[in-house]
Order: sequence, then C-alpha cells, then structure tokens
Amino acid sequence: MATIAPPIATAKSVSPTWRRFHEAFRRHPTALIGGAILFVMIAMAIFAPWLHTIDPQQVFPIKRLRPPSATSWFGTDMLGRDVYSRVIYGARVSLVVGLAVALLSTLLGLAIGLVTGYLRRLDAVVMRIMDGLMSIPSVLLAIALMALTKASMGNVIVAITIAEVPRVVRLVRSLVLTLREQPYVEAAIASGTTLSLVLLRHILPNIVAPLLVQGTYVCGSAMITEAILSFIGAGTPPNIPSWGNIMAEGRSLVQIASYLIIFPGIFLSLTVLAVNLLGDGMRDALDPRLARRM
Amino acid sequence: MTAYIVRRLFSTIVVMAVVAFVVFSLLYLTPGDPAAVIAGDIATDEDIQRIHERLGLDQPFLVRFGGWLGSLLHGDLGTSIFTNLPVTQLIAQRVEPTVSLTLCTLVVAILIAVPLGVVAAAKAGTWLDRAVMSFSVLGFSVPVFVIAYALILSFAVELDWLPVQGYSNLRDGLWEWLRHLVLPSIALGTVYVALIARMTRASMLDVLAQDYIRTASAKGLAPNQVLTRHALKNAAIPVITIIGMGVALLISGAIVTETVFALPGIGRLTVDAILRRDYPIIQGVILIFSAVYVLVNLAVDLSYVFFDPRIRY
Repeated sequence: MATIAPPIATAKSVSPTWRRFHEAFRRHPTALIGGAILFVMIAMAIFAPWLHTIDPQQVFPIKRLRPPSATSWFGTDMLGRDVYSRVIYGARVSLVVGLAVALLSTLLGLAIGLVTGYLRRLDAVVMRIMDGLMSIPSVLLAIALMALTKASMGNVIVAITIAEVPRVVRLVRSLVLTLREQPYVEAAIASGTTLSLVLLRHILPNIVAPLLVQGTYVCGSAMITEAILSFIGAGTPPNIPSWGNIMAEGRSLVQIASYLIIFPGIFLSLTVLAVNLLGDGMRDALDPRLARRM
Repeated sequence: MTAYIVRRLFSTIVVMAVVAFVVFSLLYLTPGDPAAVIAGDIATDEDIQRIHERLGLDQPFLVRFGGWLGSLLHGDLGTSIFTNLPVTQLIAQRVEPTVSLTLCTLVVAILIAVPLGVVAAAKAGTWLDRAVMSFSVLGFSVPVFVIAYALILSFAVELDWLPVQGYSNLRDGLWEWLRHLVLPSIALGTVYVALIARMTRASMLDVLAQDYIRTASAKGLAPNQVLTRHALKNAAIPVITIIGMGVALLISGAIVTETVFALPGIGRLTVDAILRRDYPIIQGVILIFSAVYVLVNLAVDLSYVFFDPRIRY
C-alpha cells in the first residue's frame, strides 16, 4: 500500500492584487504620503478632545478676534471662540461627510449600475434619468436639495450623495456592459448559472477595483462640495464647526483676520490632497495600463 | 450627418426634459412640507399657506408640472417669492459679470493648459513633466475659495496690485473690467487648467506612440511641427470632450468665486436666494446653467467632425 506523500510546503502565497499594491506604493511614494496625512487627520478627528483643545463652541466676548498667539494658536474668531479647537473639531465633519458619501454613493451606484447593465428595458429609462441628473452641475443639485431641507449633516450627506451617484452608475454600467461579453461570463450563463449568481460571482469581483478608485475620488470631491455648501450657507448648520463654516464666518473679516480663512483652508486642502494622492496610487496599482498614461 | 444631428438634438431635448422634471419634482420629493422650510422658523400659518399657493403645492402633481412646463416653454421661469419680480428678469440683470468671468476663465485656461499638457507629454518623465503633473494634482485638491483667498491676501491686500473685490462693467472701460477679473479668473481657472492639462498630456502620449509620428520625425520634420501639426490635432478629441465636461466645474466654481469676490452675477443671486430660501430663483438658475452645459456638450459632439474628418455620422 503506497503511502501518500506529504504535501509539499508551498511558498507563502501573496495575492497578486496585494503585490500590485505593494509595487505601486513603492513606485509612488506620494501615495504613501497621502496615506500618512490622511491617517494623521483621522487620528486628529477621533482624538480631538485630547489635543489641547477647548470647547469649540465656547464664547469669550472679551477675547474677540485675537491674532494667533501662545495661548490660542490659531487666534480667536469674532465671538472669541478658539479657532484652533474649531479647526481640529472641523476635521470630523469633513471626514465623516467624505467617507459617508463615498460609501453610500459607491454602494448605491453599484446596485443601480449592476441591475441596469443587465436589464435592457430598465437601462434605457434609468440612464436617461442619470443623464439628466448629470447635466445639473453637482454643486447646484446639492444646493437645490439643501434649499428644500433643514440644514443638518445628514441632509448634506444625502444631497451630495444624490449628486455623485450618477457618475458611479455610469462607471459600473459601462464595466458590466464590457464584462458580460466576456467568454467566461457567457460560459457561466450557458451552463445555467442564475442571473444573481453571475452578477455576484463573475461580474462583481471585476468591478471592485475600479470602484474603489472611483470611491476615493468621490470622497475628495464630497469634502470639497461640503466645504462649498457650508461656505455659501447651504451646508452644515452653523452650530457645528466645519472648515467651510469657519471660512464662511471669516468671509467679511478677511482683511483684518485672515487666519480665520488660512488655517481651515490649509487643513481642507491637505486632506483633499491626501485623498487624491491615495486615489492616484490605487489607480496605478489596480490598472497598470492606465497608470502609464495619466 | 444630418440624421446624426437630428438624433443628437432629439436626445438633447430628452435630457433637458429630464432636467426640468428633476428640478420640478425636487419640491415634492423632499421630506416634510417644503413651504414650511422655505418660509423659515418664524413664519406664521398664513405665510406658509401663501407659499403653498404660490408654488401650487395644493394642486395635483401632474397638473402643476404641466402648467409649469407650459410657461417654461414661453420663457417664464416663475416669480421670486422674496422680491415678487419675474425670475427671468432677475437673472437677466446678473448675466454680464457671470458671462465675463466664465468666458475669460475659459479662454485663458485653454491657452495655458493645452501648451502645458503638450510640453509635459513631449518631455515625459522629466522634471518639467513632473512639475506639470504635481500642479495638476494640487489644482484638483485646493478648493476654489481657498485659492481665491490666497490670491486676495497676496496680490490685493499685501501687494495692492489689484482690487480686493467688486466688478466693473465692460462699458465703463476695458482696463478696469479686466483688472477686476484677473484674480477671480485665476482662482476659478486653476482646477480647469489642471483638468485640461492632464487630459492633453494623456491624449498626446497616446498619439506620440503612433507610427505616423515616427514617420513624420523620420522624414525630418522639425519636432515642433510634429507636435503641433501631427500630434496635437489628432489628440484633440479627448481634450475637447474634457473642455466641454469641465464647464460643469466652471459653473459650480463661478457661484463660489462670485461670493468671494463680491461679483454681482448669477452665482451671487443664487447664494442670496439660498439665504432667503427663494426656491423659484434657484430652480431658474439650475435650469439655465444646465441648459448651457448641455448645449456646450452638444457643440462639442458636433465639433468632432471638424477635428477628425474620418468621423461621418
């Protein structure tokens, strides 16, 4: 009786996607920088109460419009509130809105895109609606939605998500249309796999990577849109410190208290830059063909 | 060709109809009573009832939409709740600053971005290329109002070269008009330049790898001639497409830029309307801006024939 040979010890296998990530980050140190900045911002948002901050809403009428100093690092605003504390707490709004919109619009866009990419009859109707929505510049659409609802962070997230979803649907649908012509998908259909299983097992895994990249860009653009909405008075309510709100309050004071604009502006730009650098790195990792061009 | 244009025009009409429907139905889709939101926190029941009647919220949806669409086709965008003036008149008063700002930005941005993209592609991999690409990533990341304030603080407040805010009509002199538009245009144009430069570079890199470019160089054409005459014209279509799509960025950015620089344009009208919750104005502005955007992209589609004679619809 022959004994069964013990299995050969296989080299610890690393998934190719992971290796490509590794490779891309090595080639693009900027993506690492982006990741690091983002990490710091997230840590800052979470640990805001312990970062030498005071209550960002606390008013000190005797200390109004003090320029940056040793006691109030970023100065005080027209109500005497500590700008440093407000900027640190403001990270929470931008990050929550950015991440929530990215998550919601990718999930929603994925669901709609998968279904419309596969159901011809639905496709025509849904895509005409998406075309219409995409013809409205996204900030304007968000403005219209915010003008009709009460200002709250939840409504800001919903409004920006509605404005961002059509682009995700477009992307997913075009990927589905290409993928469903692939021989392995046709083979799966021919062998009697149900539609939901084809979508889940054969189509979805090939959509994840580009969707992840798109989601990163959506996150960056959502943070900018939130700041724009707050800046023009159609966004996060004024009782929540957000970078856009702080800058809106500094609007009429720019010549005497420019630090009200400068500090939140730097933090906002840095965070969006970090997200975009991360997105570029991921795109290069996941789509080597595109990487050489852009 | 004619058949294509007709088909394209038809689809434009469909898109505009959807835009009109979306803008109109938002009033009904939002949770709660929009009249109460528009009226604000200190409104009385009569105020809310008045807005109800004004917006026709007590009539059935389709009746109201039909009536609204009918007057829209006659060029009537409704009446402002706050000022009681026709929305078309309010918008018409504000057209000049917005058109001046966006057209200046558009022209200058294209004149800067396309050469930047061409140079970056021609010198791919060098420090010049990297500088252009870094600028483009930055341009995407720094929001328009942050750039605007950085410009105001350095060129208007510190150096005192240009006015901080305000607008000067074109008929009051070309020089003053330009002086008031320099900073707003740079602020608004940065992201647009980033977008176009990036696309130009990508499209040029594709074309430069083609055989006919090698042939052109091999037969002894000057590198500049190869770049402009052979490469750029063939790389034009994606660039023109992105110029058309980027108009959405210009429109969104114009609202913010007009707020920062106190330009009395349509964007400023919109922001004032938001603060007063004057929905008919917002509705009208969205419709007009979307129509401009759709028409620009229609023109872009039709221009393909000029840039690529092989395209025969």
